[in-house]
Amino acid sequence: MTENDKASSRPTVADRISPAAIAVDHLVKVYKQTRAVDDISFSLARGSITGLLGGNGAGKTTTIAMIMGLVLPTSGRVQVLGHRMPEDSAAVLGRMNFESPYVDMPMRLTVRQNLTVFGKLYAVKNLADRIAELAEDLDLGDFIDRANGKLSAGQKTRVALAKALINQPELLLLDEPTASLDPDTADWVRAHLERYRRNKNATILLASHNMLEVERLCDRVIIMKRGRIEDDDAPEAIMARYNRTTLEEVFLDVARGRVNGAKEAAR
Amino acid sequence: MTELSLHRGISVHRIGAMILRYWYLLMSSWPRLLELLYWPALQVITWGFLQLYIAENANFFARAGGTLIGAVILWDILFRGQLGFSISFLEEMWARNIGNLMMSPVKPIEFLLSLMVMSLIRLAIGIIPMTLLALVLFHFNVYALGLPLIAFFCNLIFTSWSVGIFVSGLVLRNGLGAESIVWTLMFAILPLACVYYPVSVLPAWLQYVAWALPPTYAFEGMRALLIEHAFRTDLMLEALAINAVLLVASFGAFLALLRSARRHGSLLSSGE
Repeated sequence: MTENDKASSRPTVADRISPAAIAVDHLVKVYKQTRAVDDISFSLARGSITGLLGGNGAGKTTTIAMIMGLVLPTSGRVQVLGHRMPEDSAAVLGRMNFESPYVDMPMRLTVRQNLTVFGKLYAVKNLADRIAELAEDLDLGDFIDRANGKLSAGQKTRVALAKALINQPELLLLDEPTASLDPDTADWVRAHLERYRRNKNATILLASHNMLEVERLCDRVIIMKRGRIEDDDAPEAIMARYNRTTLEEVFLDVARGRVNGAKEAAR
Repeated sequence: MTELSLHRGISVHRIGAMILRYWYLLMSSWPRLLELLYWPALQVITWGFLQLYIAENANFFARAGGTLIGAVILWDILFRGQLGFSISFLEEMWARNIGNLMMSPVKPIEFLLSLMVMSLIRLAIGIIPMTLLALVLFHFNVYALGLPLIAFFCNLIFTSWSVGIFVSGLVLRNGLGAESIVWTLMFAILPLACVYYPVSVLPAWLQYVAWALPPTYAFEGMRALLIEHAFRTDLMLEALAINAVLLVASFGAFLALLRSARRHGSLLSSGE
């Protein structure tokens, strides 16, 4: 571990100044003629779980990618754990992690080898113990020495989650974490995320199309449409505003442009 | 420049982790290992017999024993050095793992350093058996070149890394649609670097281009050593200076292409 890394693992002045885990300010991303993200602002309190909802092309993945520093904004600012992204990413990358369907783990490496490599990249102390702990928590024991490419979709998702948790991140970004999982495994993953947030006071930002998942996990929901924030509140408050009993109904109202009618009906 | 700020505090642990990742991959796949041995062995056998044939029929080659087979070995250091670098990089693209790495604390310079070490490891696996074959079958002992061999090797491997860094940046920016450049770019250097013939064969105007390429100095130096038994230190120093410029330029190009990839969202869609 370098001096820089040691320094970055301690709370910094920026951490103390900014209480928010994520602060997004007038963020814009334009790809050629398309405004994928159109002037959005929000901040997430530390220890919160926030759902990012929206149809395909709403701008969720681009937003998350900008928060991670994988995509550069056209304009606007992103602060993560008090540090500007991507300029100051070296100070925070070791304290966050992510899981996304847009990336895979190396297929020929075994689960243990993959976790060992990522654990070393994140400078995890007592790595063998940490891997054993994750194997127990996420039930990886039966296939931990099997190549990642030979696992079922559900097993791969658990391995990806293990990689995302290897460094016990303060901030976890999840893009469709339970996609392609059977209901039992998906429920089990959600329970694990809830437990992790509670035990570590971690902040989780979750992009999902599964409304039940968002209702169950999130204490706040941000709904995006065509790159803009359409609504932003607690799930119960949003459902009440739209006079709906489920987030799925709200989602359909937003997706089909029935927003004003639904809100007026609620008034 | 923000990208440059990401290179302070290089971690040997992270470089080691990346090397471990490629080592696991190499050891998990016998076709990958076989491929490292197969082509260099085929090359040396083919060109070795050609050298024998020519030496029997031409006085010059009888005197200049080993220039062809020596050129083949040095060319393979150049070509396999670049492939060793680039294939490790491509493994990340094929595995769709590049996003995981870019989101991890590993810095671009650490990533590139690990690819350099892997190119040396892959090169050793392929080239050492090749040189032993040349010794056994054709009685050509490349190690008898002595210290000059180290100078040739260093200059060739530095050039191979420069090319590897540059083409990796191109693939990062343009996706796997640019993969063919990885396999073919070095062949554009082949005729200009005068691998099998002296620079004097080229038209005068093309000689300027040839002397701009560091490998030309290594191949000319090898011929001077085998034919005239003279080690041209001046050639090696000039090559080293050009290589230093190329390495800095390729690293700058890689950072610019990485930044462009971030601007265009290419790191999320690393397919074709």
